[in-house]
Amino acid sequence: MMSTLMSAATPTTTWYLVLSAVLFGIGTVGVLVRRNPLVMFMCIELMLNAVNLSFVAFAKRLGDIGGQTTVFFVMVVAAAEVVVGLGIIVSIMRKRPGANVDDISALKG
Amino acid sequence: MLDLIWLIPALPLLGFVLIFLFGRILGEPKAGILATLMVGGSFAVTAGVFFDLLSKSAEERRHIFTAFSWVPIGSLKVDLAFLADPLSITMALFVTGIGSLIHLYAIGYMHGDPKFSKFFLYLNLFVFSMLMLVLGENLLVTFLGWEGVGTCSYFLISFWHTRESAATAGKKAFVTNRVGDWGVMMAMFLAFGATGTLSYGGINHAAESGALSAVTATAIALMLFIGACGKSAQLPLYIWLPDAMEGPTPVSALIHAATMVTAGVFLMTRINPVLTVAYSWAPTIIAIVGVSTALFAATIAVTQTDIKKVLAYSTVSQLGFMFLAVGSGAYVAAIFHMVTHAFFKALLFLGSGSVIHGMDHEQDMRKMGALRILMPVTAMTFIVGWLAIAGVPPFAGFWSKDEILLFAFAKSPILYIVGMATALLTAYYMTRQVIMVFFGEARWNDHSEEHGAHGDFKPHESPKIMLAPLVVLAGLSVVGGVMQLPFSSKTHFLEKWLEPVIKFGEADIHHTWADEHKYLLLAVAVVVALSGIALSVLVYSKKKIAAIEPEIMTQGWFYDRAISNFMGGPGRKAFEGVAWADSTIIDGAVNGVGKVVEQSGGFLRKSQNGSVRSYAAAVGLGVVALLLWFFVRGIML
Amino acid sequence: MELFVFVVAAAMILAGAIGVVVRSHPVHAALSLILTLFGVAVMFVAQEAHFLAAVQVIVYAGAIVVLFLFVIMLLGVDRTEDMKTEPFKVQRPLAVIVGLGVIGLVTAAVVASRDVVSSRGSGLVTPDMADPDSNIRQLSRSVFGNYVVAFEVTSVLLVVAVVGTVLLTRRVKPVVKEAS
Repeated sequence: MMSTLMSAATPTTTWYLVLSAVLFGIGTVGVLVRRNPLVMFMCIELMLNAVNLSFVAFAKRLGDIGGQTTVFFVMVVAAAEVVVGLGIIVSIMRKRPGANVDDISALKG
Repeated sequence: MLDLIWLIPALPLLGFVLIFLFGRILGEPKAGILATLMVGGSFAVTAGVFFDLLSKSAEERRHIFTAFSWVPIGSLKVDLAFLADPLSITMALFVTGIGSLIHLYAIGYMHGDPKFSKFFLYLNLFVFSMLMLVLGENLLVTFLGWEGVGTCSYFLISFWHTRESAATAGKKAFVTNRVGDWGVMMAMFLAFGATGTLSYGGINHAAESGALSAVTATAIALMLFIGACGKSAQLPLYIWLPDAMEGPTPVSALIHAATMVTAGVFLMTRINPVLTVAYSWAPTIIAIVGVSTALFAATIAVTQTDIKKVLAYSTVSQLGFMFLAVGSGAYVAAIFHMVTHAFFKALLFLGSGSVIHGMDHEQDMRKMGALRILMPVTAMTFIVGWLAIAGVPPFAGFWSKDEILLFAFAKSPILYIVGMATALLTAYYMTRQVIMVFFGEARWNDHSEEHGAHGDFKPHESPKIMLAPLVVLAGLSVVGGVMQLPFSSKTHFLEKWLEPVIKFGEADIHHTWADEHKYLLLAVAVVVALSGIALSVLVYSKKKIAAIEPEIMTQGWFYDRAISNFMGGPGRKAFEGVAWADSTIIDGAVNGVGKVVEQSGGFLRKSQNGSVRSYAAAVGLGVVALLLWFFVRGIML
Repeated sequence: MELFVFVVAAAMILAGAIGVVVRSHPVHAALSLILTLFGVAVMFVAQEAHFLAAVQVIVYAGAIVVLFLFVIMLLGVDRTEDMKTEPFKVQRPLAVIVGLGVIGLVTAAVVASRDVVSSRGSGLVTPDMADPDSNIRQLSRSVFGNYVVAFEVTSVLLVVAVVGTVLLTRRVKPVVKEAS
């Protein structure tokens, strides 16, 4: 019975894309809801991963290695971005430990 | 010579510029001589153009000279162009001719005045404006001249501006004229809207070919008539003319007798096709206004004691006759009377100026008398003018007035009767003036102390430079009637000359009772004139009948007072209401827009709370909206 | 077989994602992130992106998350975030709207176009015994062939990032004035 279930359906590209959408949505909600800057950053990483997943799915579907190249570059840039972003967070948060994003509101109109 | 038509207004303009720059250096009398030469030169060129036109056939007597393209904006194309046709050249002839005579006279009259050069500066500017008015090929050039003469009239009336009454009179003239100008502007807008052009050729052609609807034509004609009422001093806008006598006498002669005040009649004649295709009650209104003004002014003239005021009201009255002619479709008669009136009224004004000069600036007729002995030339010429205006044949005024009354009768006998009554009064008050000034007892010595005269005060005759124009004008007043004698169509010189301009609008009175009995009406006119004179002699000379000079007529039927009461009371309230509306509603609206922007800005400012997360939320919402839009688009397609 | 792999990997991903969002302690959130990243790596393998799966584990899970953990330690380990209160009242409902909107719309779009998207792919050269590293060969041909300029620029970007971060996080020593 298990084998029949397992061979009943194979995941199509659509499934991967839907999964990617869900992951992206969760990441968005996380960015909006969390106040700790580091956790917000992690949620942004979730969103990036969702996008990577959909690129790879399309690369497989269309038979074009360019999708994977894109993911390659996304990863590199994500790494650089994390480095700089964490550097900023460190330099801001160093002076006030336990601060959260809401406290940085000097650009009030 | 036709191509030199631009010289006609250019010469007085040159005179204006030269006197503006060098007037103080030139001084008296060179500035005056320069000005006179400029206007005289203008007259010579006009005469040349006149003979050029005369040599052409009737249909070809229409030459347009375009100086430059003045307003080329989209569909509005107005050129600075001059039109040489019988009507404009006739006007230009007597404007420049009488203008140069008056310039010559003024050299003598303004002798000793500290602002001598300035006077001629304004006079030349005036002649330039008047020539632009009459020579203009389109309404805009005419309007330029129209405003120009109004401005110069203001300058010249308040020439002795240190006198309060003179300054006030100048303002009054300007403001009243402005009311009329509104009418001219409205007419220009309507004409452009209806025909797409401002040129007389275009507008008149539209009227003649039926392209102009009766409603539009009536509106245009009546708006222009309002302008004419302001400029030519008809009811209800005549009030500035009597006050304008504050200006020096040459000004009164030139502007307020011969030229500027005739601009209204000229304009109505210019657009006679438009008036013809308007509703028939439009010319009737014009005729009624004209004849009522004539009678109204004549009644006031009977009671005036200032020598110039009598002539001023007389001018208003005679202008009323001209509008009666326009309203009756008698354009030739109107122009005829305009020309003859220019001759004898200028003569009368210059004569009165001579009297004033000789009487050491005394203007009250009650202090004059028996001047014919001491000022013979002035008296002779004045008497010629008197006979002309009273309507005694064979002087010029008789023929022109009779022509008008003929057409008036053909339109309506009532107009004729009112016109006749006015003619009677005209003869009456002019005789009164002549008797009071030149005949009777010498009354000047009774009040000689008021003059500061020491010993014997004796009025003296004026210098020759002032007498020469008087003689010329007297001659013209005698023979001027030859232009249009009613005896047969062979003697209708003026009508033949003006035919191409007025043939569409001129009323046809052949086979009417008036035309068939015109010799009877001629005789009636003579009788009326002579009885007016006789009545006046009885009252003022022989003193057989008591003079009737009621206060109400002396005060001009209290018209001035009525206007000041109206303006001071309800008028002021209306103005204050408008001012309030402007500051509260209009300014309030403008300021209100600013306040709304300020407050909505303050409200929207609250969204800038500096918090990254709310900004992120906004971005997220935007993303969802975009996705939604693309999704819907995709579904639709 | 594929289905089984998909389901398990998807479960890892989703569990990790929800964990990141929900856990109040930042270290717990980082660990949930690692779970998600591993799930994604498995997905990559299933999609025959072997090299990328390796890079995912090494770079993302191995370096980036470690960096996160370093910074968490630096700035205070035991500070948990108060998840119960929310200063902007409207934020949570908005977040729900945004999240559901994104998920719903993209899913709808994908499902609506599944005929186009979903047929079996072909063309990616699959590795087999004869050519076990063909994926990496293909990828490298692409990177160093078509996208070599991007590659070079990315390396410059990395240098800039490093230098920038060092500058950003420098502690400036106070200058001592010499007594004159």
